[in-house]
Amino acid sequence: MPELLFREALNQAMTEEMERDEKVFLIGEEVAEYDGAYKVSEGMLARFGEKRVIDTPIAELGFVNIGIGAAMGGLRPIVEVMTFNFAILALDAMVNTAAKARYMSGGQLTVPMVLRGAGGAGGALAAQHSQALESQYTHFPGLKVMMPATPADAKGMLKTAIRDPDPVVFIESEVLYRMKGEVPEGEHLIPMGKGEIKRSGKDVTVIAWSRQMWNLLHMVDDLCEETGLDIELVDPRTLRPLDEELLFDSVRRTHRVVIVEEGHRMNGFGAEISDRIQQHCFDQLDAPVTRVTNLDVPMPYSPPLEEKVLPNRQRIVEALRAVAYLD
Amino acid sequence: MADVVEMIQLSPTMEEGIIVEWLKKEGDAVETGEILAEVETDKATMEMESFFDGTVLKILATAGEAAPIGSAIAIIGEEGEDITDLLAELEGGQGTSAGTGDDSTADEDDAGAKAADADSGDQGAADRPDEGPGDAESKASEAKGRSTRDDGRILSSPLARKIAEEHGLRLEDIEGSGPGGRIIQRDVEAAAREGRRPAATVAAPAAVVDAVAPGEDVPLSNMRKTIARRLGEAWQAPAFMLTREIDMGAAVAFRRQLNDAAAATERGVRISVNDLIVKAAALALLDVPEMNAAYQGDSLRMFSSADIGMAVSVDAGLVTPVVRGAHGKSLGTIARESRALIGKAKDRKLRPDDIEGATFSISNLGMFGIDHFTAVLNPPAAGILAVGQTRRVPVVAEDGTIGAGDRMAVTLTCDHRAVDGVVGARWLQAFAAYLEHPTLLVL
Repeated sequence: MPELLFREALNQAMTEEMERDEKVFLIGEEVAEYDGAYKVSEGMLARFGEKRVIDTPIAELGFVNIGIGAAMGGLRPIVEVMTFNFAILALDAMVNTAAKARYMSGGQLTVPMVLRGAGGAGGALAAQHSQALESQYTHFPGLKVMMPATPADAKGMLKTAIRDPDPVVFIESEVLYRMKGEVPEGEHLIPMGKGEIKRSGKDVTVIAWSRQMWNLLHMVDDLCEETGLDIELVDPRTLRPLDEELLFDSVRRTHRVVIVEEGHRMNGFGAEISDRIQQHCFDQLDAPVTRVTNLDVPMPYSPPLEEKVLPNRQRIVEALRAVAYLD
Repeated sequence: MADVVEMIQLSPTMEEGIIVEWLKKEGDAVETGEILAEVETDKATMEMESFFDGTVLKILATAGEAAPIGSAIAIIGEEGEDITDLLAELEGGQGTSAGTGDDSTADEDDAGAKAADADSGDQGAADRPDEGPGDAESKASEAKGRSTRDDGRILSSPLARKIAEEHGLRLEDIEGSGPGGRIIQRDVEAAAREGRRPAATVAAPAAVVDAVAPGEDVPLSNMRKTIARRLGEAWQAPAFMLTREIDMGAAVAFRRQLNDAAAATERGVRISVNDLIVKAAALALLDVPEMNAAYQGDSLRMFSSADIGMAVSVDAGLVTPVVRGAHGKSLGTIARESRALIGKAKDRKLRPDDIEGATFSISNLGMFGIDHFTAVLNPPAAGILAVGQTRRVPVVAEDGTIGAGDRMAVTLTCDHRAVDGVVGARWLQAFAAYLEHPTLLVL
């Protein structure tokens, strides 16, 4: 299997889908002439021409609405936001138009659109550009939310998102764009709402997605050695609709849960997972579901402080020890 | 700054105290060591002393009210001091704080309040940078060691409860190793491996009286509750009983001799049959130390002193004051101490020291004309002796002739987890020997 960078896997997904379906097009800031702010759309302008790879002004509300209108009209737009911090400007379009169109039109209007771009902290991008905003979208019925952790998932999930008949918010990690992994060639599709056990273990279920899952995958052996625990890593991949049964099955085997998530603790998506676990697996829990989140402060610019604020190894170990009652 | 008077633990098993009477009222001056109130514990009515100097500013628990250990019952401070803030604080903070679950909820609310502040201010959220699990963990370990059962709840994880149910184990019997004493999976699994006994046979639910039968429901006194609980527990122990008759002829004569001599020399002491029995039992425990034991789950405590508990009937129930080191005390000392303890028991003035830690107990119903009965164990001691009256009965002498004799029937109840039949029999043999040769009691 060829090794690709995360951004190359995304590029491959979009390219394959645009070749497969001429209704698919890409629109956003710097996606065409500049090959994308993070080079995700590298070479796509040359390949598909300016009618299908379209640069826009810096006006998120405007071009997200263009995407929604195009989708209602029968096309399948991929709308790239440079980061999801800027997509806040287009939140009205997503929440009030994209998410509601099918419902309020009695099914006459649909919005088969993907809103994608970078989310989460990227390294010294400071308070306004380091936010994990997934819970802003998972709140609303009518939106689907996907967050891949590996290049292979990035490809398989984006292809599925593009084919989905409804608006999909597809949040990528800025840090992961340059990470490498094996990616299946050709028709590689990961179903919507299907999570994956990335590592089997019997002692503790650790739930994470996107960059936090990637980080865990690369430190899990050390964590197991340090704590003496056999850790199971579960990646829901799609946050909405959530693959609850996968999570519950794991919890029923390990009886203890740590959720590692970027973003602020209050109302973070992990709180939703925690709630569903206590609701459905109450008798299976031997310890409170424990969350490792960003500290409750705006992201500092200073890299050492950013490292402190993000979920880090030390706090993950503390959480693991807490749920396993290791004193 | 005013001080809060809290209900203190006046007996080792006390969970709450009932204020019988306030001896100080609001506005009274009080000094450290002065008696503030009389408090009825599960064992006795005790005097509660003040730890503070000042004026009683407020009485929070009225007479007749039960107050859990640690709850605020009064405020002592400077005369005229403003205690509105303190009262408000007590009002807010008086809820049960048992369990880390509650703590973390409060924590979240706190964080919520702070975040709300941040909305109105600038970046106030930075006030509380650390919300990580480390935080929760440190709170949990603070909680460790604190009594987690103040409100009668047992802290346990849902999984622990489920496993306990599957194994038919009672959570009451399991020691929790989690934060704040929470019973967790590994505790229940360990208990299951040890084979603690199942709930099916252990849970002795209080009998439900048919609602149709008329009658008055009398609330349980703290003492009655303790009796019910402790004897309920004791009843679960596998116990066996050994009965034998003792020739009391010599003991009766010996006692008369002692009392006559004491009276003639105006010693002011009178030895009762019970005193002889206490001394004989204590000496027998020295001879058969295996009987002076308590079962402790994973070990036996072999007591080094014979501390004899005497069941004493009082108005509200039953107490067992203890004659400590009875093996080393003269009959006169035993007589004087027993008298004092019984007097205190009747007046409900026994202190925890007076009633805790009997290594062996005696229950004597002879004075009520009872010939013979069996007693329920008084945990943790492995043995209790039930003593009937001494009767004049016809006895067959060795030469086959029939004559009158003094006989007393005693029954020893033994905790079979601690002692076996032969140990009990040997103890009874020794005990009988002391009474049948009573001069040994003063050897």
